[in-house]
Amino acid sequence: MYLLEVRDITKHFGGIRALEEVRFRVKEGSIMSIIGPNGAGKTTLFNCLTGITKTTKGNIFFLDTEITALKPHNIVRLGIARTFQNIRLFKEMSVIENVMVSQHCRTGSGLVASVLRNNVFKQEEKTIREKALEYLELSGIEDFAEVTAANLSYGSQKRLEIARVIATEPRLILLDEPTAGMNPQETLEMMGLIKNLQGLGKTIILIEHDMKVVMGISENIVVLDHGVKIAEGTPEDIRKNPLVIEAYLGKEH
Amino acid sequence: MTEGRRQKAEGRKGDSPIHRFTHSPFFIALWFAMLFLPFKGIEGAFVLFVVLLTTVFILRFLAGYIRPLKKRLQDAGTLIIQNAKCKMQNIGAKSLIFLLILLLCLPFFAKDYFIDIAILSGIYIILAQGLNIVVGLAGLLNLGFVAFYAIGAYSYALLNTKLGLGFWTALPASVLFSTVLGFVLAFPALRLRGDYLAIVTLGFGEIVRLVLNNWDSLTKGPNGIGGIQRPYLSDIPLGKLSYYYYFILLFVILTIFVVRRVYSSRIGRAWVAIREDEIASSSIGIDTTAYKLYSFAFGAFWAGVAGTLFAAKMQFVSPESFTFMESVLILCMVILGGLGSIPGVIFGSVILVMLPEMLREIQLYRMLALGSGLVLLMIFRPQGLLGRR
Repeated sequence: MYLLEVRDITKHFGGIRALEEVRFRVKEGSIMSIIGPNGAGKTTLFNCLTGITKTTKGNIFFLDTEITALKPHNIVRLGIARTFQNIRLFKEMSVIENVMVSQHCRTGSGLVASVLRNNVFKQEEKTIREKALEYLELSGIEDFAEVTAANLSYGSQKRLEIARVIATEPRLILLDEPTAGMNPQETLEMMGLIKNLQGLGKTIILIEHDMKVVMGISENIVVLDHGVKIAEGTPEDIRKNPLVIEAYLGKEH
Repeated sequence: MTEGRRQKAEGRKGDSPIHRFTHSPFFIALWFAMLFLPFKGIEGAFVLFVVLLTTVFILRFLAGYIRPLKKRLQDAGTLIIQNAKCKMQNIGAKSLIFLLILLLCLPFFAKDYFIDIAILSGIYIILAQGLNIVVGLAGLLNLGFVAFYAIGAYSYALLNTKLGLGFWTALPASVLFSTVLGFVLAFPALRLRGDYLAIVTLGFGEIVRLVLNNWDSLTKGPNGIGGIQRPYLSDIPLGKLSYYYYFILLFVILTIFVVRRVYSSRIGRAWVAIREDEIASSSIGIDTTAYKLYSFAFGAFWAGVAGTLFAAKMQFVSPESFTFMESVLILCMVILGGLGSIPGVIFGSVILVMLPEMLREIQLYRMLALGSGLVLLMIFRPQGLLGRR
């Protein structure tokens, strides 16, 4: 069964063609990678999938629901969550608060309940906190729960972003360069974490430059170059594909 | 930036002739002398100029020693505040009760003049708490906050004088009215952010004031509306100053109670998330537009409450009380006390109401003293007196 179906989406920024009729499908429970040289349109694709930028043309379906024109918060509610290339944490909130606020769309207490502090509110607040701790543990940063997010190390900040993503209870997780700037050890740990997420039944799409990661964990790879999909296939296929080699290394003369 | 590069950048900046001029003792002394010219005349300004020139030269000479001192002062400031915070946590409940008793006993030993100021402080605390929700929590700079205050005050004034409604029937109506207006303003404004939003809200504040000033048939224009009733509590008229003081105290406590609970709830967290990073908060499922709207409306709600209380206290409203300077004053209270901190904002409001009164002795210079106080605060404690961090 296909979880996500992208049908010929096109995105133009003025004269720049960031995406040109890109199409692919993602199987539930799989790990897919999107690779391509800088400026290939990978992050733009993520922005389109999460509703942050509107597509110029084309449709996106998530579980047979069209999500093309939906607002970001509605898309999250349906079950797509993402991380950012340049980490975007709520810096002045504590680590646990970051994860607590990320359960926003799965909770519902309103103004009146917050003021009256009835049992429903107290119960919900308790569950939010417990779940937050659970997610922190999953991402391996439970020791820093009360630390201000801005004071975390780079690697932990990346992990917090992932904890925050899990907190929205998504079915599809989009990771924008999860291992960028990490040392080999941290990269290995991050790969383990991504595998764990898959084990929890999450489907994952990642943008990644580290070929070891890409070839190591993805089942399917989509290659973008100048906004156009130039190849798709298993790691083996991609490794041998002459178009991909050309895009990365240039044409043979 | 690495140390070396920073030094290089500073070096380059120091080399430019404009920079060298604006940082020369001559320029600094001249600037201050000009500032004092209107107060002291040419002679005074000249004396000041000379004094400043020598002082700046001496300070330049001592600069090497001053920089570590400034750092130490900053650290000391942080330390004192932190210590105070720890102590407050330790004796929190006790000191709170003590404070409450003190506030309850106030009318028995304080002069009427002081009670009057206390009432005013109370009204400003409510107002500043309202603005703090918009600016401190949701991070939306609102320079026209006084508009909602004005709407609240005028609503009560009109409902009372024209329709003869009592305080308790008019209060929900005028609060509702200013809340709805908060929504109305928020709709066009929410497409904007930062500076642009600030300009729009500023414009809105001025529009409201001008409407009040010019709609003679309804608001009696600059003459204002007089003869507004004081509230009644069943049969007790709250005309007496000390009764009204208790009345306001009740409202302040209610405000703090409600605002505190909303702060540490799902809604409060969503507001802070929007302040910290709007795109990230929309991508974890917060409807940013809706929540910005709520924050405007919730802020306007408290402004409406404060406005109604103000009109009932003064028994007279005129557009003069709702100028842009008032918006700035409320914003100063929030920033001085510490953006997003409830005790900070209370502290800030009390200080900014009390200080001008206490400095009445030195009439001429009090605004100058207040201004330079704010400048110094921003240099040494940019997060406000009781701010975060």
